[in-house]
Amino acid sequence: MSVLDSKIPTGPIAEKWTNHKNHMNLVAPNNRPKIDVIVVGTGLAGASAAASLGEMGYNVKAFCFQDSPRRAHSIAAQGGINAAKNYQNDGDSVYRLFYDTIKGGDYRAREANVHRLAEVSGNIIDQCVAQGVPFAREYGGLLDNRSFGGTQVQRTFYAAGQTGQQLLLGAYSALSRQIGLGRVKMYHRHEMMDLVKIDGKARGIIARNLVTGEIEKHAAHAVVIASGGYGNVYFLSTNAMGSNVSAAWKVHKRGAMFANPCYVQIHPTCVPVHGTNQSKLTLMSESLRNSGRIWVPKKKEDAEAIRAGQLKPTQIAEEDRDYYLERRYPAFGNLVPRDVASRAAKERCDAGHGIEANDTNEGVYLDFATEILSKGRQSAYALGDHNPTEEKMQELGKKWIEEKYGNLFQMYQKITDENPYETPMKIYPAVHYTMGGVWVDYNLQSTIPGCFVTGEANFSDHGANRLGASALMQGLADGYFVLPYTISDYLSNEIRTGKISTESPEFDEAAESVKASIKKILSNNGTHTVDHFHKRLGLIMWNKVGMGRNEKGLKEAIEEIGLLREEFHNDVFVPGTAEELNQELEKALRVADLIELGQLMAIDALQRKESCGGHFRDEYQDAEGETLRDDEHFKFVAAWEYNGSDSTKSTLHKEDLKYEFIKIAARNYK
Amino acid sequence: MAAKSINITLKIWRQKNANTKGALETYSLNEVSTDSSFLEMLDQLNEQLINERKEPIAFDHDCREGICGMCSLYINGRAHGPETGTTTCQLHMRMFSDGDTIYVEPWRSRAFPIVKDLVVDRSAFDRIQQAGGFVSVNTSGNTMDANSLPIPKDDADKAFEAAACIGCGACVASCKNGSAMLFVGAKVSQYALLPQGKVEARDRVLNMVRQMDEEGFGNCTNTGACEVECPKGISLENIARMNREFLKAGLSSEK
Repeated sequence: MSVLDSKIPTGPIAEKWTNHKNHMNLVAPNNRPKIDVIVVGTGLAGASAAASLGEMGYNVKAFCFQDSPRRAHSIAAQGGINAAKNYQNDGDSVYRLFYDTIKGGDYRAREANVHRLAEVSGNIIDQCVAQGVPFAREYGGLLDNRSFGGTQVQRTFYAAGQTGQQLLLGAYSALSRQIGLGRVKMYHRHEMMDLVKIDGKARGIIARNLVTGEIEKHAAHAVVIASGGYGNVYFLSTNAMGSNVSAAWKVHKRGAMFANPCYVQIHPTCVPVHGTNQSKLTLMSESLRNSGRIWVPKKKEDAEAIRAGQLKPTQIAEEDRDYYLERRYPAFGNLVPRDVASRAAKERCDAGHGIEANDTNEGVYLDFATEILSKGRQSAYALGDHNPTEEKMQELGKKWIEEKYGNLFQMYQKITDENPYETPMKIYPAVHYTMGGVWVDYNLQSTIPGCFVTGEANFSDHGANRLGASALMQGLADGYFVLPYTISDYLSNEIRTGKISTESPEFDEAAESVKASIKKILSNNGTHTVDHFHKRLGLIMWNKVGMGRNEKGLKEAIEEIGLLREEFHNDVFVPGTAEELNQELEKALRVADLIELGQLMAIDALQRKESCGGHFRDEYQDAEGETLRDDEHFKFVAAWEYNGSDSTKSTLHKEDLKYEFIKIAARNYK
Repeated sequence: MAAKSINITLKIWRQKNANTKGALETYSLNEVSTDSSFLEMLDQLNEQLINERKEPIAFDHDCREGICGMCSLYINGRAHGPETGTTTCQLHMRMFSDGDTIYVEPWRSRAFPIVKDLVVDRSAFDRIQQAGGFVSVNTSGNTMDANSLPIPKDDADKAFEAAACIGCGACVASCKNGSAMLFVGAKVSQYALLPQGKVEARDRVLNMVRQMDEEGFGNCTNTGACEVECPKGISLENIARMNREFLKAGLSSEK
């Protein structure tokens, strides 16, 4: 028997969650104030969990490294949130959302988790509307929807291109209410440095006050990690600068398995790289693929002329454009899932059709001209003008686009200094989201009792590729509607435990080891900055553990990252002291963890001798360049056990995935 | 537009912590790409300082796409710099010329004490939010169906525009009175415009305004600098709406 017990309830798929909830143990209201819970991270998953647990009456301590819980990177999510409401009467249902998500994840997610996610998706929208989240609405006053990749229905709820912001501010308002009522104590500008285990159970954390540098001990009956994803292992990604793996990695180092680290989502529509001092990449929401058509010039010489500045995209005739997604995937067209769209862009650019004049010529067009005319005509008709001029259609069409995507167009213009209303956007794939994360069972509990992991930080719901508008759904599902039940079941055994003291050898040991590692890195007196190492790590990861991976490159990456780790610890220079705000120190401690993780990602990618979702091995593809899964040998979750900072020593454990309700098949969007 | 590279001089506020005195220090930085963002330029300067074994400049930033509200900076006397409707992270160096001298200071306001260098403490905003910036609805899977409460599109759109505030504090920093009324007005307005917010409207505005005053923010004298400098274009109308809500609350009978 595997050490991994997924604890999936028995019974028909549609009844598992309800039955499970009905039979879980509860904690009575009078006992909840005696129980302490720590929540690390205040994005959608963390803020919703902390607020809900506070409302229930638990004593909650919430931590975030930013200056306010409202800054967490969920705020930057643009496009929307999925829910199986079927408000558009286009055949949506809980089953169809479940099915789309499993298929979108290339049959590498757990059925029971995904079905539960689809089941509670509608409740999320109800809850957010009740909180006053201002979703986009139709003129009749009801909620509007749009489409996202990998689906043929309109189930995505949105608030312009700022859906994550509005949902996070909703969760933040619920959290603020609990802070005001004294049920949640908020520790902003605090970073979790370690997990404390006593008798095998998670009993608290060591945190660093980022302003004073003080190392603090915080005890609790359970710890929730909601610290987000690890895309910054690539240095350049759409993540916030502070996004990091450290909280999840510390838990991993204390015994929690880390699952499917190689599953990374490279998002197809981002602003291309411009130069060596670039610090991050900016996403252009997938929602733009509702209205934009992706193309490159058919002729290589046109692409060359564009790169040389001799031709403008608007000068390329219609018949000389290759709308390659519409050509290759007519059923889904521009709305294929992200992994498919990203690989198709890379394929065209590798073939010499890229249009961006940067080092790698990597860029394709996202063109709104067709949509501007079509929506312009519609708007004119709605105004009673049944014979609109071209000019009128242009004007009304641009107005329509502005209302839907205004902030995205403005953001694009600021970064590139080009006007996307007049000329197509230039886009290219960039690292965006990480499907892998801490292994959790059906109850969102890691292999450490009392340590729960939610949102992007866990691995559970998206398989090898996440569909658009599903991350916000999962974060809030975990925090509002799953964790409050499952953690209570665990805490029902803690009502007699009493207060956990921080006066124990375990807390002392953890605090001392944190202090020692900080002292070591500050006294290193090396010759290179933290960013120097981080950029080098990012380059190895992007080139060898990126969109196309192969055995040779992965083996090189494993070796190179191993050497980089040693060099980093011997040669990094971190100025300043431990007893003050020291942003270089914060970065250094995070990069140390990212290096270990990066190596594990390469190891995981090497063992997975198949292509699935975001994990594409050059050796395993069909004649048309599509992913070739190997269900016979790789239909499992790869969960890694930590055995020291050299990740080549990590041990692989496997959780076999069982498909009882969905027939496993080759993914087809043609 | 093709990128070029410029050389600049920076005058940057350095202050060890809240209890020490600060001063402007001068730095030269060469070969700054005009495609870089303002914060990428500061990254470049910090890299240079660290390589010279000097202490880098502390500044707040996170998402670098204009939405988290963490970046700040008073640049050449204007919050978030010379471009309107822009956060510092979205300000690009193409707005500056070769040979320019650029002044960089932290937000200046009594209610936002300096933590270090360009970093200030804006937790007063969080405390105002905690005093009433919410609808008191607990998590439950059984709130009514989202579409059972139709909301006129215009109201929903206006509520959204108010809710687009990123809480960066540029309004306070730009105000000669250090007033937070644009920030508070935006939050009060979002809820005042929506039926979900009506139930607690009276207590909300009274509690949020009380907290705002306790934090030491000044009053509004209708200058409008906040609206001009707001990176998200939050309208002064929101202050007017908050004043109406406040008056209405004051006139209605005590509970």
